Amino acid sequence: MVELKTELFDALASVDRLRAETAFDRALAEAPPLTVIETLIVPVLADLGEAWQEGRIALSQIYIGARVCEEMVARALPTPDRGQDGAPCGAIVVLCDYHMLGKRIVGSILRASGVALRDYGRMEVDALVDRVVADRLDILLISTLMLPAALKVREVRDGLARRGHRPRIAVGGAPFRFDPTLWQAVGADAMGETAADAIPIVQRWTESPR
Amino acid sequence: MTTSLDRVVTTLGHREPDRVPVFLLTTMHGAKTLGLSIRDYFARAEHVTEGQLRLLARYRGDCLYPFFHASLEVEAFGGETMFIDDGPPNAGEPVVRDPSAIDTLEPPRVADCPGLARVLTTIAALKARVGDTVPIVGVVISPFSLPVMQMGFEAYLDLLYNDPDRVARLMAVNHAFCVEWANAQLTAGATGICYFDPVSSITCVPRARYLETGQPVAKRTLARIAGPTATHLASGRAAGIVGDLADTGTAVIGVSCHEDPAALKAEAAGRVALLGNLNGVAMRTWSPTEAEAEVKRVIAAAGSGGGFILSDTHGEIPWQVPDEVLLAIRDAVDRWGCYPLDWVDGDRGPEPAS
Ligand code: B12
Repeated sequence: MVELKTELFDALASVDRLRAETAFDRALAEAPPLTVIETLIVPVLADLGEAWQEGRIALSQIYIGARVCEEMVARALPTPDRGQDGAPCGAIVVLCDYHMLGKRIVGSILRASGVALRDYGRMEVDALVDRVVADRLDILLISTLMLPAALKVREVRDGLARRGHRPRIAVGGAPFRFDPTLWQAVGADAMGETAADAIPIVQRWTESPR
Repeated sequence: MTTSLDRVVTTLGHREPDRVPVFLLTTMHGAKTLGLSIRDYFARAEHVTEGQLRLLARYRGDCLYPFFHASLEVEAFGGETMFIDDGPPNAGEPVVRDPSAIDTLEPPRVADCPGLARVLTTIAALKARVGDTVPIVGVVISPFSLPVMQMGFEAYLDLLYNDPDRVARLMAVNHAFCVEWANAQLTAGATGICYFDPVSSITCVPRARYLETGQPVAKRTLARIAGPTATHLASGRAAGIVGDLADTGTAVIGVSCHEDPAALKAEAAGRVALLGNLNGVAMRTWSPTEAEAEVKRVIAAAGSGGGFILSDTHGEIPWQVPDEVLLAIRDAVDRWGCYPLDWVDGDRGPEPAS
C-alpha cells in the first residue's frame, strides 16, 4: 500500500486522472473497498492537505484530487453511507458567505472517505439554527471565507444554546487559517486547517457520540 | 523634507530611504471616520476622498488607497455587489453562469460603469489635494483572478483544467478591460497600479500551471499598463515564483504572512521589492505591544537595504481592526523603521508568525 500511496499522491498532484484510477484499481484488486478507502484514499487525502498547508501543492490540485477520489469511491462503493441507526447525524453548510468552494472540497473528501453528511447549501444564522434544531443534528460543519461570516459562528452557537442544543461544531476556511485562535473565540469545538482535517474530526465524533 | 513619494521611490530603487515606508491599506475604515455605513460610504466619491484624506492624517501612512471593493469590476460586467454592515462588500451571483457565455462575452467600457467612474473621480480629487507628495495606489483585479468572481471558483478551476480555448478567450476579454481600467486610473492621477493576482499564487495553482497561464497573462497586461505596477497575491504564497513574478515586469510583490519575508527577500535578489506581511485577520486582537513586536519582526526580516514597504498581508485591513492597533503599528515604524537599521543584528530576523 505504501508504494500505491506515493503513486496515487503523485497522480492526483499532477492531475492525472487515469493514473489515479489505475492505482486505485490495483488497490481494489488486493483489498475490499472499505479497506482501500481507509488505508489508501484517506491517508492520501490527508497528505495532500498537509502538502497544501506547507505550500508544496496548490488548491487546484486539492480540488481536482478530491473530486477524482470522490468519483472513484462512488464507483467502487455506490452507497458510501456507513451510518447505522443511532449513528450521529451531521451536515455541512456555508454560513452567510457566497463562497462555496471550501464546502465543495470538504464534501468531496468526506464522501471519498465513506462519510455521508447532509448538504445544507448556504444559510443565514437564524435559518441555520432552526434547521439544526429541527433535524436534531449532532455534528455541524461550517465553512466560511470572509471574516465577518466566520465571526457569525458565535451567533449560531449562542442561538443553538438558547434553544437547548449543543451539537459539535467544526469550522474551517481562510479566516480560521489566518487566526488560529478564532475557532475557539467563536465557540467551535474543532477547526480544520485543510479540508482533509474534516475526516478525523467527523470520525472521532462519530465514534464517541455525546 | 522627504515626502512619502520620495521614500517609496527610493525603496523601490532598492536603496534605504529615511525610514521604512508604510502602507496601511485601510478602505472601510474611512466609513468609520465619517460615521457612515459601508454601503453609503462607497456610494459617493466625495465620501471616499474625504475618508482617505482623514485616514492619511490619522495613521500617517505613505500612500492613499482609493480602492473601493473588488466586486466593482464585476459590476462593470453586469454583476452586482452585496453589502454587509461589518465587512467588505462581495460580488453577487456569477455573471458567467455557463462557460458557453464566454464565447460572446465582450469587455465592458470603463466609461459605462458608474462604480468605476466613482473611483476615477476619487483618484482625481485626491491627486488635486496631494499632488506628487503621496503616492496614490490604483487597483485592478488581474484578468487571471477576475474569473473567480465572474463565474465562481469551482467553475473557473474546471475551465482552467478542461477548456483551454475558452480560458484564452476569457483572458483576452479580461485583458482588454484590465488595461483600459488601469490606464484610466493612471490618467485620473494614480501613481501606480496594484495588480491583484492571488490565483497566480502557489496557494491557488502550481507553478507549472502559473507559467502557462497567469504569468503570460500578467506579462501581456503589465506591459500595456502605462505606469509602475505592484503584484499583490492577497496573502497567497510566493515561494518559488518570486523570480517568475519579477519576470512579468512588476516592481513589487505583496507577500503572505504564512511565509518568511527574509527568505522571499533573498529569492527576490534585488529584482523586485516586497510589500507586507502583517496578518490583518489576526491584527484585530493584537495589543499595542504585539503590534510593535510584529512590526519589528517584519522590518528585521526584510527591511535592510530597502526594497521593502511595510503593509498588511492581504492589501486591505479588516473592518474589525481597531484604531489603537493601527496607531500602534504606525508608532512602531517610527521607533524601529528609521534607517540605518542598526538594531538588526545578523542577516536574519526572527521566525515568521503563522
Ligand atoms: C483568491 C482570493 C481572491 C480572489 C478570488 C476570491 C473569491 N473566492 O471570490 C479575488 C482577487 C477576486 C479576491 C477578492 C476578494 N477577497 Co480575497 N482572497 C483570495 C485568497 C488568496 C484565496 C481565497 C479562496 O477562494 N480560497 C479557496 C478556499 C476554498 O480556501 P479556504 O477557504 O482556505 O478553504 C480551504 C481550507 O480552509 C478548508 N476548509 C474550508 N472550509 C472548511 C470547512 C471545514 C469544516 C473544514 C474542516 C475545512 C474547511 O478546505 C479548503 C481546502 O483545503 C484568500 C487568501 C488565502 N491565502 O486563502 C483571500 C481572502 C479570502 N480574500 C479576502 C477578502 C477580504 C477579499 C475581498 C472582500 C476584498 C475586497 N474588499 O474586495 C474580495 C471579495 C471577492 C468577492 N468574491 O467579492 C480575505 C477574507 C478574510 C477577511 N479579511 O475578511 C482573505 C482571506 C485574505 C486575507 N488574508 O484576509 N480574493
